[in-house]
Amino acid sequence: MTTDSQALAIRTRDLNLWYGTFQALFDVDLKIKQGIITSLIGPSGCGKSTFLRSVNRINERLGYVRINGAIEVLGKNIYDEDVELVQVRKQIGMVFQRPNPLPISIRDNVLFGYNIHTQGRRPSYREQDDVVENALRQVLLWDEVKDKLKSKATELSLEEQQKLCIARLIPVKPGVLLMDEPCSALDPKGTEAVEELIWELRDNYTILIVTHNMAQARRTSEECIFMLMGKVIEHTATNTMFVTPAQQETADYIEGRYG
Amino acid sequence: MNHPVTTDFDRRDRDWYMDKLVQLVVFVSGISAIVFVIGIFIFITKEGMGFILDTMDPVEFFTSPYWEPSDEDAPEYGILALIAGTASVTGLALLVSIPFSLGAAVFIGEFSTGKTREFLKILIELLAAIPSVVWGFIGLTIMNPLIIDIFDVPVGLSVLNAGIILGLMTAPIMTSIAEDALKAVPDRYREAAEAMGATRWQVIFKVVFPAAKNGLLGAVLLGVGRGFGETMAVLLATGHSVNIPHSIFDPVRALTATIAAELGETAVGSDHYQALFTIGIFLFAITFIINLTADLVVRGVRNG
Repeated sequence: MTTDSQALAIRTRDLNLWYGTFQALFDVDLKIKQGIITSLIGPSGCGKSTFLRSVNRINERLGYVRINGAIEVLGKNIYDEDVELVQVRKQIGMVFQRPNPLPISIRDNVLFGYNIHTQGRRPSYREQDDVVENALRQVLLWDEVKDKLKSKATELSLEEQQKLCIARLIPVKPGVLLMDEPCSALDPKGTEAVEELIWELRDNYTILIVTHNMAQARRTSEECIFMLMGKVIEHTATNTMFVTPAQQETADYIEGRYG
Repeated sequence: MNHPVTTDFDRRDRDWYMDKLVQLVVFVSGISAIVFVIGIFIFITKEGMGFILDTMDPVEFFTSPYWEPSDEDAPEYGILALIAGTASVTGLALLVSIPFSLGAAVFIGEFSTGKTREFLKILIELLAAIPSVVWGFIGLTIMNPLIIDIFDVPVGLSVLNAGIILGLMTAPIMTSIAEDALKAVPDRYREAAEAMGATRWQVIFKVVFPAAKNGLLGAVLLGVGRGFGETMAVLLATGHSVNIPHSIFDPVRALTATIAAELGETAVGSDHYQALFTIGIFLFAITFIINLTADLVVRGVRNG
């Protein structure tokens, strides 16, 4: 246990990860605090997305991923034998780089996660309506789509799609939200809107956001992790990192000498 | 400038002629498919036209269950029983082939990987290549006694027999097309659903099937087209007797099988001969519509 008074959302211990024979993560030891936004930065291929994707175990879809060490989410190692994948992914929501709404209606997208996690109970139409409205209001999308809930989600603009992808996580009430470069497919206006939304959400969720946009990390996060070649170089308050980085590599990256 | 500069920009060398020649050959091959289809259509229309214009009573043709073209005094040309035969066999075949092929496609496309997957795909293609007369043979020699034994019926050549045989016959091609449809569903949809905690089955039923529904429907329609056009297997397995079936144990006769069995014995140009060609036109029209619909439906999946 740490003496830190703030509870930890994610705690990794000696996390090593291999894709086949290629090692992508080396001895990652992180303590990510609950209830704040933490950003992960670093040049392409530094392992930041890999780390993020192993926190809700979506990496395992690839089939050739090997992991040792532990990732404890809210105190429980999600790589323990007795852990059910479905429950892990319910607790830990993920937003992808490219908006990926399902090719069904907007309404059904919002309800997708909600309905698969109701344990066979069929929620009433009224209840579903409330869920949809609530989630869409929280992501500031309700006014734009309230009249076309039945139309296909894939017809929305990219910005709206990405908001919808965040909205569909809300009804499931996850503890942690993982975001993998959530704005990289959006234009500046869309980026601003989604960043604003992420900022709004920070009170209720622990958010871990990967970005290759340093300005974004600076704007949106409270703590920042810098990774390089699969290793964590520095983890500190965002303000500190961008003003007085402790490591030479961090300073060089922030100043744009490489990456 | 120390190398000679040429200005014969209008020079046509061997490569130029080669290119033109290849263009021509490709164009002719491409257009030939269309020419042949139209040619066949014109041929069967010409052969059947005399009957349609002179002898045929369209109402009787489509609504009379009596097909007695060789009756010398009063030949009857009603294809209702033949339509019923073809429709009942095709319908039963779909009941057999849809679950089989959908299941196989899901297994190959969503569950199996690597060697298993390759092996199954080759096997499916191999199944699709079995000649239809072999299937008919299986219907005649294996299914026939089996059905007599199991259901205690006098004849085993029936809608049931032909339906099962035709179902097994169409399953491989439907599997193949259905698998293509599943493969066309972008993986990020599956990833999105799985990241929300959906199980394999939830992903398949709630995401992959809805996304692939046009392709799957197209697969079924092509199966229907295949069933309508199949001749040899149904000729051998249906019992080939003109009859509107009242149960799946009744023998029937299919449109295609009628043409195959009778055309060789008719005098060229006779009413009977022309009536068979009229059936041909009818079949051509039906399969054309089915295939066109299937094509449009499958295409819809890419545009929508």
